[in-house]
Amino acid sequence: MLKDSDRIFTNLYGMDDWRLEGARRRGDWDGTKELIAKGRDWIVEEVKSSGLRGRGGAGFPSGLKWSFMPKEPTGRPHYLVVNADEGEPGTCKDRDMMRNDPHKLVEGCLLAGVGMGADAAYIYIRGEFYREAEHLQFAIDEAYEAGLIGKDACGSGYDFDVYVHRGAGAYICGEEMALIESLEGKKGMPRLKPPFPAAMGLYGCPTTVNNVETIAVAPTILRRGGSWFSSLGRENNTGTKVFCISGHVNNPCNVEEEMGIPLKELIEKHAGGVIGGWDNLKAIIPGGSSVPILPKATCDTVLMDFDSLKEVRSGLGTAAVIVMDQSTDVVAAIARLSKFYKHESCGQCTPCREGTGWMWRVMERLVVGDAEIDDIDTLLDVASQVEGHTICALGDAAAWPIQGLVRHFRDEIEERINTRKQSSVAAA
Amino acid sequence: MTVHTEQPDTFVFDETYGAEAAKIIARYPEGKQASAVMPLLDLAQRQFGGWLPTAAMNHVADVLEMPAIRVYEVASFYSMYNLEPVGEIFVQVCTTTPCALRGCAAILDACRDELGINVGETTSDNKFTLREAECLGACVNAPMMQIGDDYYEDLDVESTKGVLKALRNGETPEPGPQSGRKGSEPAGGLTTLNDGAAGAGG
Repeated sequence: MLKDSDRIFTNLYGMDDWRLEGARRRGDWDGTKELIAKGRDWIVEEVKSSGLRGRGGAGFPSGLKWSFMPKEPTGRPHYLVVNADEGEPGTCKDRDMMRNDPHKLVEGCLLAGVGMGADAAYIYIRGEFYREAEHLQFAIDEAYEAGLIGKDACGSGYDFDVYVHRGAGAYICGEEMALIESLEGKKGMPRLKPPFPAAMGLYGCPTTVNNVETIAVAPTILRRGGSWFSSLGRENNTGTKVFCISGHVNNPCNVEEEMGIPLKELIEKHAGGVIGGWDNLKAIIPGGSSVPILPKATCDTVLMDFDSLKEVRSGLGTAAVIVMDQSTDVVAAIARLSKFYKHESCGQCTPCREGTGWMWRVMERLVVGDAEIDDIDTLLDVASQVEGHTICALGDAAAWPIQGLVRHFRDEIEERINTRKQSSVAAA
Repeated sequence: MTVHTEQPDTFVFDETYGAEAAKIIARYPEGKQASAVMPLLDLAQRQFGGWLPTAAMNHVADVLEMPAIRVYEVASFYSMYNLEPVGEIFVQVCTTTPCALRGCAAILDACRDELGINVGETTSDNKFTLREAECLGACVNAPMMQIGDDYYEDLDVESTKGVLKALRNGETPEPGPQSGRKGSEPAGGLTTLNDGAAGAGG
């Protein structure tokens, strides 16, 4: 188990003061000027050597992403945009970082900003996180007041601004291109890539979009060294990660652990185990609503990291672990997610706009068994036609939970259809 | 876009909201003030008491020098803008899967019971509006509801009714987990950050 001395988010639960004084006591803003003085290339190299992969779901190597930003001034502003539009069902980690440790994010914006040659950061926070946005704005105001950001940030000679932008309730804005559109004052409809944001992002300027956690861990990585971070976890899946454990566990919680911790150990150590014991487990969605569900047999042994979960045809996603015990109607649980994606589809691409509604309606019929066995295959066929045929990944995200359900629980769906048929025959 | 039938003739930001709007506009580069449309719509909604009449959208369009249609598009795209009146106390119960697994159906029933209205309705005294919401991002504190700007978490039937009763009596119940825990830590006692060491710190 990860030692407390290797934990980055030491105020994850808000037990200590979240303001500047408390943050300084916990080691934030310590030697920031010296880190900036080491320069842009050093920052990017250190993050590359740490092995940090994006914490928002896709797991793209962060240092590499930062290195895509133009090396020379382009005559236009360059931007860091922080994706704090946390909305993936199951996920509630960025919220804790922003309300309880906001200075880690603000300092991270500055250091990542230097690393990518950015002039300013916009933090796009979901609108419902009103209190979290208040804390964040307070921390930013404190940082300006103390000369930590703004003109000559930390006395480094580097000018850097940080702004909060509140969203207004649209899951799709967690998609980076939709987020940029939204930040420009438009509907949150994703743009086609390329051009990628590093070439043409916010206001047509070079931009990098990173998740809150990715940015908030950067100062600690730079202070303790990339090799410290990469010594945790395993190759290609390094460092620490904040996991959100929800659903049928005795003690749902957020917890920072080492990457690659066995799923079973994560749940038993920190969440008090599955309700009714491990053998009462039915299935787990290991990385937020978008990733395919895993049956108990896989959960027994799987490790919680990008590559291990990919091997079992699921994903780490946002590391939001949704636990379902034997009492769960697993078809209904996934059908509810289908409703979510139908609600959140922006409507721009036909396969997603029409497909999410269609898939949800069929899922609702499967919940009560009001279908033919063939309908399951039709559903899979439609899901595969939505997947990969849309501008952004929302279509994929709507298809994957259904594909995962059928892959592991087809028997249960068929049984429900057959039972209903038999009972209607008996009634007739 | 559905347009509510009873619309005020005019809307302008008052002094307080106008000053806040100016502060927000200053966060964006010159010529990019359209970026402020979302926060300004939010301010307008707050000033007007919870919903956005057409006059408010037009005012925001004027302030930001945007075509009104662009503002209507934004206002109708995002779920947090109400285009028709809502009660003074806006109750939204999360019903997405993580909350469903923890019994949000009973919480929704408790709200219906206590308020005497169905989902999507407003009480006759215009005090409460009840809605279902998609994932509000507090999943390890499920089930939960958002009331105004605050989250009420770790709910059960009793605490849900208690919160609503208190609000009806003009009190402000303490937001956050209603179970006694502070935040997202495990209820059974800390499993991390409990050895007294400073941790990795910065």
